Amino acid sequence: MAAPTTGGRVVAPLTWRVARLVERRVETPTAQTLVLDVPGWPGHEPGQHLDIRLTAEDGYQAARSYSLAGPAEGERITVTVQRVPDGEVSPYLSDTYAEGDPVEVRGPVGGWFVWRTDETAPVLLVGGGSGVVPLMAMVRARRAAGSRAPFRLIYSVRTPDDVIYADELRRRTRDDQGLDVAYVYTRAAPEGWRGEPHRIGLADVNSHGWPPDLEPLCYVCGPTGFVETVADLLVGLGHPTRRVRTERFGPTG
Amino acid sequence: MGIVSPGFQGRPRTAEPALPPGQYLTEDFPVLSAGPTPRVSLDTWEFVLTAETGAEYRWSWDELMGLPQETPHVDIHCVTRWSKLGTDWQGVSLDTLLDGVDTAARYALAHSYGGYTTNLPLDDLRGGRAWVVHTYDGGPLPAEHGGPARLLVPHLYFWKSAKWVRGVRLLADDQPGFWETAGYHDYGDPWREQRYQGD
Amino acid sequence: MTDMSYLDGNMLDGPMRELFAVDLSSAMGRCDHCGMTGPVAGLHVYSHAPGLIGRCPACTEVMVRLVRAPDRAWLDLRGTTFLQIPMPLDQPHPRPL
Repeated sequence: MAAPTTGGRVVAPLTWRVARLVERRVETPTAQTLVLDVPGWPGHEPGQHLDIRLTAEDGYQAARSYSLAGPAEGERITVTVQRVPDGEVSPYLSDTYAEGDPVEVRGPVGGWFVWRTDETAPVLLVGGGSGVVPLMAMVRARRAAGSRAPFRLIYSVRTPDDVIYADELRRRTRDDQGLDVAYVYTRAAPEGWRGEPHRIGLADVNSHGWPPDLEPLCYVCGPTGFVETVADLLVGLGHPTRRVRTERFGPTG
Repeated sequence: MGIVSPGFQGRPRTAEPALPPGQYLTEDFPVLSAGPTPRVSLDTWEFVLTAETGAEYRWSWDELMGLPQETPHVDIHCVTRWSKLGTDWQGVSLDTLLDGVDTAARYALAHSYGGYTTNLPLDDLRGGRAWVVHTYDGGPLPAEHGGPARLLVPHLYFWKSAKWVRGVRLLADDQPGFWETAGYHDYGDPWREQRYQGD
Repeated sequence: MTDMSYLDGNMLDGPMRELFAVDLSSAMGRCDHCGMTGPVAGLHVYSHAPGLIGRCPACTEVMVRLVRAPDRAWLDLRGTTFLQIPMPLDQPHPRPL
């Protein structure tokens, strides 16, 4: 029997696998990157996500979806977890989860919010808060694959302290040819930043995005309200809806 | 059961013998929704009982408020495994609304603004066990919890207590509702843990 | 009828991949109610509920319902006229039988 395929790719059956924490990196006061070792991990594409499931001693379970933050290195994968106040999974992963401890993961999943490294069209990435995570996976995969597709990232954050991957983005803006990064600050801007803190609007998308006639691929990820706003702006500017791919996430953690 | 993650507790919860099997105690009031929250003006709100003959019995908001009011103090049990004890409501008993309705129906299908439906035996709406409630914990029932008015049938899983209730159709035959056509139990007794079809 | 309590169809991929060998979010679906055809990824998905409910982003009618019990799953697609699923090109022209 032939292996099941989708869009030409072989799809492995989706099962829960045991993952163990290898390393933890603090990104911001509320966001951490976890490096997990997942025996049997089949690889993934930039933009895909996985489900993480936790089981308590009494059998109680909770599962949440997290975006993969970068290409896999063998069976090692990275996710970036934003701690949600009053959440039940993200506080555990942020505070309690220790090196060598098991969680269960199921993935990779997602066939739509994916950028393939053989795409050559310009790409606009718009991220709100931790919505930058799957977009960073695309930025990292682009460089790793030697892609020359021009990338622009608009990253909306509350304050400069909330910027995830701040150092790496600074470095990549310098070193990754064809990558531009623009920030929108909603609460407090760094010194020397022109303009007042504001929510993302038409001017931001217009001046830091691509004109529709270049037929860019647009990826928008963030809280539902943010995604709604940006997707409406892009479609209003003339980007066809099929070129605007969105991923919303909710407040549960 | 999955692999235990050391130190994972999950949401604070207590499994008590006083609770139905498989339920956990919660202190807050989780909001569950299967769709957009309907916004219903009290000027146009109505509650309609439709008998199996097609006869309709209607109440406007003011008319509902003019009926005898009751204040049930009850425990509620959600099929997603949380239970909340001692909740306070105010509303009109279905006994009051069904009084004078000529019917030989055995089943009921509650329907809501927004399109939700849920089925239950008509007997379970009788005997002081079901209300149309408009007040929760002393204040107007918030829209996310089903306001202006919801059904309250606390002896069954809480999905039977239809939010944004608009009416009840009385039926000769059982007609599964929104969740019941997608695997959930037609009756839904939490004490017998009737979560899914066949339980 | 405005609120922001939904997610999008991407989040159906994990639960659906337990059932099928395709990522549903890259499929196109036609709403049986209003006829709009678009990616399943664009559905509005309500997950704070006893099951997962995918609604048409245009008319908000239900297109997908998925209920998962420990030992069973129910999938209700009656609100979806069809799903168009991308497939690898392994037979360029259908042959006569």
